[in-house]
Amino acid sequence: MADVKFIVDGKQLTAPAGTLLIDACKSSGIEIPAFCYYPGLSLQAACRMCVVRIEKMPKLQTACTTPVTEGMVVATETPEIAQARKATLQLLLGNHPLDCPVCDAGGECELQDMTFKYGAADSFYAEPKNHREEQKWSPVVYFDRPRCILCYRCVRMCGEGMDVFALGIQNRGSSSVIAPNIPAELSPDHLAHVDCEQCGMCIDACPVGALTSGTYRYKTRPWEMNHVGTVCTHCGDGCKTTLGVRSTSDGSEIVRGDNRDKSGINGDFLCNKGRYAFDFANNENRITQPLVRQPNGELKPVSWEVALDYVGKELRQRRDARGGKSIGVIGSNRITNEEAYLLQKFARTVLGTNNIDHHRTADYVSFAQALAGQKDRTASLRDTLTAPAILIVGGDPTIQAPGTAWNIRTNVRNNRGRLYVANSAEIKLRRQAKSFLRLAPFGYSAFASYLAGNAASASEAATDINALSTFRDTIKAEEKLLILIGSELRGQDLKALIDFGLTIPGAKFALISDYANSRGAADMGLLPDMLPGYTPLAGNTTFAEYDTPSAPGLDLLEIFEAAGKGELSALYVVGSNPVTRYGIDPESLKDTFVVVQEMFLTETAALADVILPAANLYEKSGSVTNSYGDLQLVKKAGDRAGVRSDFEMIVRIADKMGANMQALVPFGKGTRADMGQSRGAQSGEADRHSVWLTANNLEPKLSPFDPFAILDEIQRLVPGYNLLRLQLLSGNDQHLQPAAPAPLVQVGSRRDLVLPANDSLFTSGTLGRYSTMLSDLQHNESLRPPTGLTQIETAAD
Amino acid sequence: MSEIANTIFSPELADRFDKLVTIYPLKRSALVPMLLYAQDEVGYVSDAVVAELAERLDLLELDVRNVLSYYSMLRTKPAGRYNVQVCTNISCMLRGGYEILDHCKHTLGIGHKETTKDGVFSLEEVECIGACCWAPAIQVNYDFHENLTPAKVDVLFKMYRDGKGKDEK
Ligand code: SF4
Ligand code: SF4
Ligand code: SF4
Ligand code: FES
Ligand code: FES
Repeated sequence: MADVKFIVDGKQLTAPAGTLLIDACKSSGIEIPAFCYYPGLSLQAACRMCVVRIEKMPKLQTACTTPVTEGMVVATETPEIAQARKATLQLLLGNHPLDCPVCDAGGECELQDMTFKYGAADSFYAEPKNHREEQKWSPVVYFDRPRCILCYRCVRMCGEGMDVFALGIQNRGSSSVIAPNIPAELSPDHLAHVDCEQCGMCIDACPVGALTSGTYRYKTRPWEMNHVGTVCTHCGDGCKTTLGVRSTSDGSEIVRGDNRDKSGINGDFLCNKGRYAFDFANNENRITQPLVRQPNGELKPVSWEVALDYVGKELRQRRDARGGKSIGVIGSNRITNEEAYLLQKFARTVLGTNNIDHHRTADYVSFAQALAGQKDRTASLRDTLTAPAILIVGGDPTIQAPGTAWNIRTNVRNNRGRLYVANSAEIKLRRQAKSFLRLAPFGYSAFASYLAGNAASASEAATDINALSTFRDTIKAEEKLLILIGSELRGQDLKALIDFGLTIPGAKFALISDYANSRGAADMGLLPDMLPGYTPLAGNTTFAEYDTPSAPGLDLLEIFEAAGKGELSALYVVGSNPVTRYGIDPESLKDTFVVVQEMFLTETAALADVILPAANLYEKSGSVTNSYGDLQLVKKAGDRAGVRSDFEMIVRIADKMGANMQALVPFGKGTRADMGQSRGAQSGEADRHSVWLTANNLEPKLSPFDPFAILDEIQRLVPGYNLLRLQLLSGNDQHLQPAAPAPLVQVGSRRDLVLPANDSLFTSGTLGRYSTMLSDLQHNESLRPPTGLTQIETAAD
Repeated sequence: MSEIANTIFSPELADRFDKLVTIYPLKRSALVPMLLYAQDEVGYVSDAVVAELAERLDLLELDVRNVLSYYSMLRTKPAGRYNVQVCTNISCMLRGGYEILDHCKHTLGIGHKETTKDGVFSLEEVECIGACCWAPAIQVNYDFHENLTPAKVDVLFKMYRDGKGKDEK
């Protein structure tokens, strides 16, 4: 819309016509207080805190509902306005308890700030306050009714934002109260509860301490924590989160998950896992000492030195005696890019094997190959918020990628984004869809082929053929279509869908996977047949400086098959539980030397000869890549005495094996042959890394334990990872595009190894099993008949 | 035939509701009249009423409760056979409304929004019932009684107890 000019507090401002005065002022640095206004939600005008004086208008006006117009003259702070706000505060405080010294919100409470600012601490009310006891609506949502200032933010957040509508407002006047959807009289325990997604967005939006979270309430005060901005370790969305950390006797403990800077790819959002399920890190069952299996079969705690010596010696002997081919490596979906890259480099160059894989939750190899040679065809998570049209084929973002679902709902609500959903189940996002196509069970393959032009697949794709063809025509007519693809589509099907999408000029794609760094694991080459950046082994020149075997290695299942046949001398598992996930017979590993880096005694760890206690993603630094290919910085927040990062463990094992450390981790000066440096970077003998560092104004890293030394190498070598340092280090996200070379292998000729995690809203693989809060939520859920909102399933890995 | 299978309402009321939901531009606008009619028939707004109205109007039960709790004439517990509503708004107050209320409390032995043990009377203090010219006034079910004194109230209560009241339920 055209810009209009107006004057606020004597300053000439401009903003697009229709902008709300409160927003227009905010973007010019003029802050107008607001309790009920929440950007992106519907307008409420319930609190009257935002009143301003607008010339030619008879009364004070609410800035949160007044759009700016040409020539408007506004005053935002005058004695008259201050008096009005003070009176509003006095009214609110009439029923507000003096809880600040104990309230969770104390120190970051909007009511407290405003009372301080307008000096409304005196009360003229002699009436007794309306008191009611606090209520526990769920294990994570508590309501302290007397603190509520009836701003309705929570009601709108839950309804409009979450599409859950679990909160309402009941009664009237000063006895009005926020009410959850299960009233006490209908509840078996005669207490009111919420039946909902437990996201905690209501708590986040509450300007005061009326809604508080089960994990954090009464634990600490905001100023007693350190606040570390990092990336959530749960699903593939990779939301930015701020962890509140406090020191304890054995490290530092995470006490709060919060979304306080709201600058991340997730905007305002965090789901229940991001907000509460950090507690696995504090679980008392964590392994904090290296364990080595004794001849009598028992696991005995030993020192790090002893454990690493032992692992190094065993791996070296087995490699030397039976060859790298006899060793298998399984990586993780939840380690950093640097760790994943280092792990595959270690496997390939130190162990001398391509037998490396990870639990794949989406087919990124086919995705990269189908998009080979294309530019600007992949979407960022940010695009889901702004794309004019979105097609979701398969998957269920509400459960698998709640951040994606939040963005899509916001887009539909605020930007009138058009959503199209094709799914074999009635997923919740169909409620926002312009058009929902119910596919036949297992109809994704036929649907992709139908879209690609094969009319014969129609009847297999959907029962309603007319709906199918209308649906296809509608999406084809979209010019800027964002196509979100669920993990159901793999290999040939995925390629067919992408080929169809590529016929739409403005279409962009994203493939949704399940874990924090599933995409990174694939991008970094935790694959038997691909080097990092989906570089095929055969004819590889990019990684020429590696000495890697040229034949593809064994994939995850083949590794265990080899073990069963007695052909696997050693197995190195980093942060993964394949034994349960893939139903591996423990017997098959009896002749294999097994090393596991883990936080907990999982089914896989229980079979190990050596268990090395690992730090999790909240306890280390590095970078991760979300499902979409958005790269973000991970910062160390928590700390646990006794554990080490996977990065450090890999480096130290390599060292104990006698590897050339500077070749593995480029640290220090002169990391490679320095013979030809004087003859320039192209000589082939030059220290390429050092030349590259110089060319990029970077210094050599001094420690082999510095993940950034590997980040340097990733940036230098991995196709597609031409990242912007400043963007990364300042904690911002950046979108990376896979840059796979044109496929040498025919897409789809490979075995389908994708196994979705099947996590529900309240499970999260191994982390979920050790999160008390998620267990409580699962239990809470089991108290009620299923609502269809959530499903309970316990997943491993 | 009712639009809802196994409706809890009488066939006449069910028919009326079927029609009511069609006459507003927004279906949910029919909620308040439906609540009132349902209360008249069932005696109060029970959980079953909430559930059926929500179904009829495509609302969540929570939405129905939100509206229901706003209006003090709607009740969620059964009232007595005669619901005595005593006005204490300005005109009645000036002409002895509180005296009438206290008298009712005393004679019936119950307070605001309570019901006598035998279930015959319930009592409510209400805002203006539109009978200011003849204040103080009370309303018993849909029946009005004006220009009251405590003595007149005693006569009224006896009349109702003897089953001679007008608006019988
Ligand atoms: S936790 Fe989330 S879903 Fe539950 S009531 Fe709050 S906003 Fe609604
Ligand atoms: S609980 Fe919080 S967000 Fe909800 S209305 Fe009360 S003050 Fe506002
Ligand atoms: S949506 Fe995913 S990344 Fe975001 S907070 Fe939830 S689990 Fe974490
Ligand atoms: S912020 Fe404007 S009325 Fe509440
Ligand atoms: S004040 Fe009692 S009827 Fe109007």
